[in-house]
Amino acid sequence: MSKPKLALYWAASCGGCEITVLDIEEKILDVAAFFDIVFWPCAMDFKYKDVEAMEDGSIDLCLFNGAIRTSENEAIARLLRRKSKILVAFGSCACDGCIPGLANLTTREEILDWVYRGSPSTINENGVRPQPKVRVPEGELEIPEFYEEVRTLAQVVPVDYFMPGCPPQPPQIVKVMTAIMTGAQLPPPGSVIGAGDKTCCDECGRTRQEKRVKRFYRPWELVPDPDQCLLDQGIICLGPATRSGCGALCVKANMPCRGCYGPPPNVTDQGAKMISALASVIDSQDPEEIQRILDQIPDPAGTFYRFSVPASLLHRRRSAPAA
Amino acid sequence: MITVNINGVERQVPEGTTILQAARALDVSIPTLCYHPWLKPFGACRICTVQVQRPRGYELLTACNTPCEEGMVIRTDTDNVRQARRVVLELMLARWPNVPVLQQLAAELGVEKPRFRSEFCDEDPEACILCLRCVRICEEVVGASAIGYEDRGIKRRVVTPFNRESEACVACGACAQVCLTHHIKFEPEDYRGKPPEFLLGPNTAIFIPTPQAVPKVPRIDPEACIHFKTNGCQKCVEVCEAKAVNHEMTDQEIEIEVGQILLATGYELFDASVMSQYGYGRLDNVYSALDIERMLNATGPTGGRVLLKNGQPPRAVAIIHCVGSRDENYQRYCSRVCCMYALKFAHLIKERCPEAEVYDFYIDMRAFGKGYEEFYSRVLHEGTNVIRGKVAEVVQAGWSKQDEGTLLVRCEDTLIGRFREIPVDMVILCNAIVPQRDAERVARLFGLSRSPDGFFLERHPKLDPVATSTDGLFVAGCAQGPKDIPDSVAQASAAAARMLATIAKGVVEIDPVRAEINEEFCSGCRVCNALCPYSAIEYLADKNVSRVNSALCKGCGTCVAACPAGAITGYGFNDRQIQAELEGLLAVR
Repeated sequence: MSKPKLALYWAASCGGCEITVLDIEEKILDVAAFFDIVFWPCAMDFKYKDVEAMEDGSIDLCLFNGAIRTSENEAIARLLRRKSKILVAFGSCACDGCIPGLANLTTREEILDWVYRGSPSTINENGVRPQPKVRVPEGELEIPEFYEEVRTLAQVVPVDYFMPGCPPQPPQIVKVMTAIMTGAQLPPPGSVIGAGDKTCCDECGRTRQEKRVKRFYRPWELVPDPDQCLLDQGIICLGPATRSGCGALCVKANMPCRGCYGPPPNVTDQGAKMISALASVIDSQDPEEIQRILDQIPDPAGTFYRFSVPASLLHRRRSAPAA
Repeated sequence: MITVNINGVERQVPEGTTILQAARALDVSIPTLCYHPWLKPFGACRICTVQVQRPRGYELLTACNTPCEEGMVIRTDTDNVRQARRVVLELMLARWPNVPVLQQLAAELGVEKPRFRSEFCDEDPEACILCLRCVRICEEVVGASAIGYEDRGIKRRVVTPFNRESEACVACGACAQVCLTHHIKFEPEDYRGKPPEFLLGPNTAIFIPTPQAVPKVPRIDPEACIHFKTNGCQKCVEVCEAKAVNHEMTDQEIEIEVGQILLATGYELFDASVMSQYGYGRLDNVYSALDIERMLNATGPTGGRVLLKNGQPPRAVAIIHCVGSRDENYQRYCSRVCCMYALKFAHLIKERCPEAEVYDFYIDMRAFGKGYEEFYSRVLHEGTNVIRGKVAEVVQAGWSKQDEGTLLVRCEDTLIGRFREIPVDMVILCNAIVPQRDAERVARLFGLSRSPDGFFLERHPKLDPVATSTDGLFVAGCAQGPKDIPDSVAQASAAAARMLATIAKGVVEIDPVRAEINEEFCSGCRVCNALCPYSAIEYLADKNVSRVNSALCKGCGTCVAACPAGAITGYGFNDRQIQAELEGLLAVR
């Protein structure tokens, strides 16, 4: 009997998710032994046409990381969907949009304008802009189209499982891989795998008080008490609105949770939930003081939606920012 | 027990009884000077001399410090005794001829003019006669030993150590109290070196706060009690037959489990010294309403008389309404009770000092209750001068001798359109009623809201003025807002009836709309803990989850919105239900 086939792909991502697969250390050998890796552009030399040549549904497991930014991302997403039995949105970019998704707070035009004209390091006197199709003496060149917005994998194709994290943590990858390789019963499609059902707070060992916040601090403004809840100390920690699974890595390093494991179960919009929670615990009745406290948060969208703009109810910026 | 015979009467007395004690038990009078029942007998003055029969003649002994012996025959009424006492008194009178207590005793003993002359004669009627009761009480009872005596014989004097102000003195006044001649005086001074105004508070260290106090038992003020300063005294313990006085008692917290609570924490009087233009706490004879209430009380420090600081009745009294209420700078609301008690003050002052002019300065006269308007007209007919205008300031009239004690009340009389300056010698301020200073803490404790004026908020101002937003918690009296006694009684009665109704019913019905925390999703971040206006959420540290007490929860949804984990659901209002409702609404064309 032939080995099950495994595909890994990166779309709009940083490559961290590729590295985290290797971070499972010697377990990668078990994975390589168990699976027949049929597609992994980052690590092995395969061509798209090799995948196209496969039979539909012939890939048993596809770990797809990265968001959908370009027409190429989308095409491969559709291709791998067609060829794969199980398609996993692997990592925060594929699940929620992640850092590439923050581009949805601006527009395609603004991005291109900045990159090809506005940025101080750009010298582009002819105002050249990349075109999807260019004729050159050798023939017609085609590059992928840069879309207006970033989408998550699930916003493009149906996804079987979601594995959050920026990147997903190696112990969780081992757990998922072991489950698949041992033929354990998989959860119903659409589930989040490789993560917990509670929030980051569940894995955080700090002592928590009744929340009352009089002032917000940014992490560099004070040395936090390593035993007390960071939010109690006025540091915006997204732990309460973030799914558990990472093992509270950041808070163990005395840095606040940034929310990479995405919304917990029952929460649609991670940022909105965190805003709602924080607004509830500000300890003041005076509107002016409350405004002063809120002004201590310099970048609300980037703070609360750092990993989830495309997947959130906001999805993207709707109107031009005020001048 | 031993038997003694005093003036021919036999009596059994316990061993160790002094002759003086035995004689007093038999109602035989023996004059004393240096003796004091609280002090060890001293035998300094010898005025208590008695005659004790001996087998061969008699002996003259001091009764105060001679213990009785078995079969002792004592005479207090012989010529010998009288002669001996007279001589003692003659000697004392020779030295201190004008001391009233000696003169009085001389009259009783038939001493007219001493036969002796002393070159150390002191004609001061308040001279020290060296009974040394002061020194002894300071040492034996108070325990301070702040005074003693120096030298001996004719040079003996009562002094403080090294003749300096004694640090050991606790200013209890016991020495002055036992002084037979007023040689030692106890005259408290205020910060200006003047005698203070008569005390409107308690004037002993152990006292019953008010005649109507509940429970009506005395309490000890540890700030004033001698025992807490010197570890001595405890005279109150000795005299209490019930043995009820206990200096070791401390505040205790007692937990009582109850099902309903009536919050009637009352009010506080606005501190009028904040409004410095009225001179409260700065000028003499400017009083707050409660000061006057205390003064008018028949059991108060003045016995109900209206007096100025100098002990004289006032000639003109100003009563100023709305001090701190109906004032944008302080309290915007009307304190509701002041107009009527101001009129009451006017009435009582007229009654008790008929000579006094009373000026009543008001903004609007609010005599809205049953019989109130009638009382207002009565006060008008009694001749109170009622002036419509807000008082601008109260100042001292001038600095000359004749202006002393006179205050000027400056105001605009809006009915005649004139600026007026009215000289008075007493000013009564009708302070605003303000919430207790710990109202915010109490509100948090009970999960109550407060209205903008700071008083506890009722559930509905018209339809439910006694309940609060927390079930089982009722509010009555000035804790809910300024009100007079009839209104307070009505509200409290209503609240009590509501509580009784629940008790009689035996069960409590609660609305089905509740929040619930799904412990599978709660990670114990504690965001919700402080939010609940009904204090219905508790944090279970052992399970690291929070839990909603569904008997307390009102289903307001605050925690549901705030829960960052989405672990809290409002029954009947979960996200899917609301989405389904929206879809249903939007599907209708």
